[in-house]
Amino acid sequence: MASNPFAHIVTQCSGPPSASDYAIDRALRMIVKGAAAVILLLVAYIIFELGRQALPAMLNFGPGFLIGTEWNVQDQVFGILPEIWGTLYSSLLALFLGGLFGVAIAIFLTQDFLDHRLSNVFRTIVEMLAAIPSVVYGLWGIYVLIPLIRPAAEWLHDSFGWLPLFGTDLAGPGMAPAALVLAVMILPTVAAISVDAFRRVPYKVKEAAYGMGTTRWEAILKVMLPTASSGILAALVLGFGRALGETMALAMLIGNSNQISLSLFAPANTLASLLASSFPEAGPVEVQALMFAALALLAITLIVNVVGLWVMKAATRKFEGKA
Amino acid sequence: MNATAEAGLIESTLLERNRNMDTNRETQMDTDRDDHQSRTSTPDSITAAAAWHVDPQQTVMDCRLNKIFYGDFLAVRDSLVPIEKNKITGFIGPSGCGKSTVLRSLNRMNDLIPVFRFEGTVTYHGQDIYDKSIDPVLVRRYIGMVFQQPNPFSMSIYDNVAFGLRLNRFKGDMNERVEKALRSAALWNEVKDKLKNSGLSLSGGQQQRLCIARAVATEPDVLLMDEPCSALDPIATRQVEELMLELKENYTVALVTHNMQQATRVADTTAFFSVDISEGGRTGYLVEMGDTQQIFADPREKLTREYIAGEFS
Ligand SMILES: Nc1ncnc2c1ncn2[C@@H]1O[C@H](COP(=O)(O)OP(=O)(O)OP(=O)(O)O)[C@@H](O)[C@H]1O
Ligand SMILES: [Mg+2]
Repeated sequence: MASNPFAHIVTQCSGPPSASDYAIDRALRMIVKGAAAVILLLVAYIIFELGRQALPAMLNFGPGFLIGTEWNVQDQVFGILPEIWGTLYSSLLALFLGGLFGVAIAIFLTQDFLDHRLSNVFRTIVEMLAAIPSVVYGLWGIYVLIPLIRPAAEWLHDSFGWLPLFGTDLAGPGMAPAALVLAVMILPTVAAISVDAFRRVPYKVKEAAYGMGTTRWEAILKVMLPTASSGILAALVLGFGRALGETMALAMLIGNSNQISLSLFAPANTLASLLASSFPEAGPVEVQALMFAALALLAITLIVNVVGLWVMKAATRKFEGKA
Repeated sequence: MNATAEAGLIESTLLERNRNMDTNRETQMDTDRDDHQSRTSTPDSITAAAAWHVDPQQTVMDCRLNKIFYGDFLAVRDSLVPIEKNKITGFIGPSGCGKSTVLRSLNRMNDLIPVFRFEGTVTYHGQDIYDKSIDPVLVRRYIGMVFQQPNPFSMSIYDNVAFGLRLNRFKGDMNERVEKALRSAALWNEVKDKLKNSGLSLSGGQQQRLCIARAVATEPDVLLMDEPCSALDPIATRQVEELMLELKENYTVALVTHNMQQATRVADTTAFFSVDISEGGRTGYLVEMGDTQQIFADPREKLTREYIAGEFS
């Protein structure tokens, strides 16, 4: 027990914490530390196990695996560059669209465009988007979205076909429907966390902005947005992470085609959907290759999170002057 | 007085009382003193005492408020608060009596609060700023504000001060203006080497001076200051007071303060507000307003005398 050099001081009721206070304190600290340790161990174990199972493929294919463009089970030739490309391309497109709309919705919900109760209802509806199973998104994409965007895609291809972005025709599944559905899927995450970021901006900051004679848009763009920026960046990082790992809807919508194309309408593939679609019928060597691909996906996610964290810190330092 | 008679929104009792008043201030004060004993408990005597008359040529703002509500809560009632040009008007009174509420009504700051309701008129250069045709944003471009709590933006010190200049598309030498504003807010020496640092990295008192610099950088026509010195040490307080005295050469200042010495040091005119709990609520109102000298040396109202005596004892 901690000694109390003040024990001789007589007061009305001030006194040292009791032995049980200290015991509870210690017990709580242990529980919390234990929980943190379990999580770290779990992550370490997953990486270790993945690495162990991917090791044969890593030795077999080497770094060429990461830049190979072919996935041929017959010839046992495996490369995942198209999948890396497809993963990043679809996620960035989704981040752009979902980020834009998510932040716009957050602004709409927090900056007095709606009365408070209505905005809570609206927010709940947006958050409900997160509860829709991803297979439902996939089906919606196939039966609703693809037919819906086909006329626009055809027109864009016909009129602006010389742009690499619209270089091919939309045959069916492809990058555009996949990215659109991904955008809808990350929207609730981005919106909800951005709403919290905006709500954390103290009222006095808003007052200061309007007190300077800003219009509503000036207040939002010049003051509220920078003030909420670290929270909004966190929302975008989380949304991006979610997009990188999304599996089912993409497996249904992206077309699972091993090619690298800038065209929004060309079919493509992502790491997660490669894993999902290839595992069920994979032989031993292909499983090793898939483990390697999974490890690559994990690495990408990790890098994105670290970079995101770093950007967030930089933003916090810039805007709030704190480390 | 013509200026008082034109107020359509003020209650008729008030209007009658005002019409009877002489333009001569001495006479008016005498009348008030005579009526004082018999009238202290009735509301119209309160507003009558509050009717401090100034030359309409000299008032840059004239606040004639009937009622200010936050929802159902009547926060302030019947008060006439003229703000004279090139003078410092001090607002004093006990906590919660509505000083901030009245001050913030002068540039429509309270419009941000959905439950806020203002009944009355505030004329600024002859125009009622609560008129439907008036955009509150416009009002705030001319009538600046320093708030009770420091509220710098989360951006660099320089950008904080330059904010209003950029907003108003200032074309001149930005660096010079920023430096001038920071100097007049007595902050320049402390921050001149770290203008790129965030405004939030400063201490509380420094943040408040940053907000003062931000507000004065655009040199607004009227500056409303809500206890600008409550977080400042005596030296910075004196410097900010000097700034106010400097500002009033060309502009107009309205100042809320809890510091009686400060009011006597800088305010030309002082308005004393108090709380009326007779009707159940806690409603603030203007008790009396006059030359600072007179308010402190020879207040007309018993309430004022008691408050000032309490503060100074
Ligand atoms: N946003 C608000 N919503 C509801 N009531 C409010 C609001 N702001 C102020 N009030 C109420 O209005 C009354 C006057 O408040 P105000 O802030 O104007 O007082 P004050 O004289 O500035 O006090 P202090 O000297 O402590 O700053 C108080 O009773 C307060 O509770
Ligand atoms: Mg106040």
